[in-house]
Amino acid sequence: MSENRYGLNKNLAQMLKGGVIMDVTTPEQAKIAEAAGACAVMALERIPADIRAAGGVSRMSDPKMIKGIQNAVSIPVMAKARIGHFVEAQILEALEIDYIDESEVLSPADDTYHIDKTKFKVPFVCGARNLGEALRRIAEGASMIRTKGEAGTGDVIQAVRHMRTIQSEMRRVQSLREDELFNTAKELAVPYDLVKYVHDNGKLPVVNFSAGGVATPADAALMMQLGAEGVFVGSGIFKSGNPEKRAAAIVKAVTNYNDPAVLAELSEDLGEAMVGINPDEIKVIMESR
Amino acid sequence: MVIAVLAVQGSFFEHERILDRLGVEYFEIRHKSDLGRDFDGLILPGGESTTMGKLLRELDLFDTLKKKIIDGLPVYGTCAGMILLSSRLSNDDNVYFGTMDMTVRRNAYGRQLGSFETVADVKGIGEVPMVFIRAPYIESIGEKAEALATVNGNIVAARQGNQLVTSFHPELTDNTKVHEYFLSMIK
Repeated sequence: MSENRYGLNKNLAQMLKGGVIMDVTTPEQAKIAEAAGACAVMALERIPADIRAAGGVSRMSDPKMIKGIQNAVSIPVMAKARIGHFVEAQILEALEIDYIDESEVLSPADDTYHIDKTKFKVPFVCGARNLGEALRRIAEGASMIRTKGEAGTGDVIQAVRHMRTIQSEMRRVQSLREDELFNTAKELAVPYDLVKYVHDNGKLPVVNFSAGGVATPADAALMMQLGAEGVFVGSGIFKSGNPEKRAAAIVKAVTNYNDPAVLAELSEDLGEAMVGINPDEIKVIMESR
Repeated sequence: MVIAVLAVQGSFFEHERILDRLGVEYFEIRHKSDLGRDFDGLILPGGESTTMGKLLRELDLFDTLKKKIIDGLPVYGTCAGMILLSSRLSNDDNVYFGTMDMTVRRNAYGRQLGSFETVADVKGIGEVPMVFIRAPYIESIGEKAEALATVNGNIVAARQGNQLVTSFHPELTDNTKVHEYFLSMIK
């Protein structure tokens, strides 16, 4: 991947900032998401809550289903490949997908190696729980990061933990002397120039969204106040009582995340939130993938 | 001089960084209460036009901003901002402010694989680096508007009185010339 292409891919993520990316499983849901103000959609066969319920191996979606969603909306369409499954990624690139999510929500295909994302022209977003993970994915060619959270639970606790961890680790790196950065690069197992970037700028060199467990407008605003540049909402919308209304409310909450009066107004009367499950009570922990 | 930057979604921070470099005061518009402040110019940033168009209406910003633009407020739209100002979209039934006499094609270069960079001349500005991200272009332009730049035969910058639009994103480069040109439109 040329420098130029990587820059263009990082810049697409810039355009998504301040927005909400929604999981959708059908063209109809994609249209609802677009009408509600989603800045992009994630096309997948089953939302994470249903992946949990179904069990078994979870894979890349059927290209036919992805194409149906690409034809239904004008906003960017993302799709998930299994961690390390570079052929699924090649297939998604052939579909001219706008962003590939190398995602822990699907069953990992490789327990050692992630996809070498520098070999692709299309951009990748990857999950991370801490600064080391985020910078390793960026070194592999990710042009956007999302904190992992714990997908399909409707419980925001892991998303909060991961965002706080990354933010506090970045503040620590900023506070170091320059001659201490080499050792930090060693500790995090990441290239020195990425550590130097964080030291000098106090942020990741790519856009950082939050994901995994966001179910309410308040959850979305919480993640924004903790430093997210935008939010992925998976099961939280189409597992709720009134997807249209909840989706639109979460979009507005991300714009006005610092305005409690607006948040109060748009949190009203949204119907039932997704039931949710506590990460302590589930068998499959996706974040550790 | 104070510039308002529409900050409901998208790449508004990068415009603010350019304004910082040029030493220009600005504030963000996210909510109706922000419209109570006086401002001399408006920037509509890149992002998703469907998202921004919906938020403009639902946050009750649309009518006030449209009236200000019609009344002559200098406005600069990049990418999605160009779509918001266009009076016609060739591949979409939506029209937003519709104050600029032109027909714009959304996602005119296709999906993300079609995004590209180039350098080209802009009338009255000179050569500038241009970053196109899932960009629109102007298919045809009305009599009231003037084309300022073309790339591969397609119009990618135009002006109509108080309104300036570019398909590309100068805010994603280090070049401040287009923003300086916009500021010169503010008397």
